[in-house]
Amino acid sequence: MLIDNEFIESVRRDMLKFAQLQLRDAALAEDAVQDALTAALTSERSFAGRSALKTWVFGILRNKIVDLIRQNSRTTNVSSLSDEEQTMDESFDALFNNSDHWQSNSRPGTWGDPEESLREQRFWEVFEVCLKHLPENTARVFMMREFLEFETAEVCSELAISVSNCNVILHRARNGLRRCLEGSWFAPGERRC
Amino acid sequence: MLSCKESTHLLSEGLDRSLGTGERITLEMHLLICKGCRNYRQQMDFLRVACKSFAKRAENGHNKDERTSE
Repeated sequence: MLIDNEFIESVRRDMLKFAQLQLRDAALAEDAVQDALTAALTSERSFAGRSALKTWVFGILRNKIVDLIRQNSRTTNVSSLSDEEQTMDESFDALFNNSDHWQSNSRPGTWGDPEESLREQRFWEVFEVCLKHLPENTARVFMMREFLEFETAEVCSELAISVSNCNVILHRARNGLRRCLEGSWFAPGERRC
Repeated sequence: MLSCKESTHLLSEGLDRSLGTGERITLEMHLLICKGCRNYRQQMDFLRVACKSFAKRAENGHNKDERTSE
């Protein structure tokens, strides 16, 4: 049988994790997952297998997440800078000297062959912690771009922010993630044991 | 001459839009002489790849996590 309770439960768990990460709100995530599952289970479509079904359900979930983000963006001001974001910007600025070149101790080092890390479960745990450390609005813009795969122009218009602001936020997110991974995973000299 | 700081912005924007010819040339010139920014580019490219795999893993249920969040 294609669908049984155990399968639904496992899909649900994966969906919830994905939704929580992006919405950062357990109740909202629960709603999005519930809506997506209900839509999927009441549909008459048939699937060649579980993985096709799962891909389709995740597609529905992505749309639900986007809807919720859209609704929430009307009540939150994504472009206002939180203290946390300000701190991130200051610590980014501190990486450079007066002429805006890297300070010698903050020049990015090589990560070797970073893609090897993608096979390690521990890496993904670190990656997730780093994502969770991003300030909320920064994370939202970043995840819309990278996980929901919106074009930047769409992210800006959905969240009602200017393109240049969008660029600043994405840059901040990427740099934050980069530094977190560098410190916790790619740290030179102190390879994990 | 592009500064390293400016180059990090172009490297990030390059993931979101195609850079203009002028921007590309000044960036490439800078990268030729700047190891730090070449590493930065490698790191940005890696983030893109990692995000794509992360979203795929979520979908394929590789995020096996016995701890439920509640």
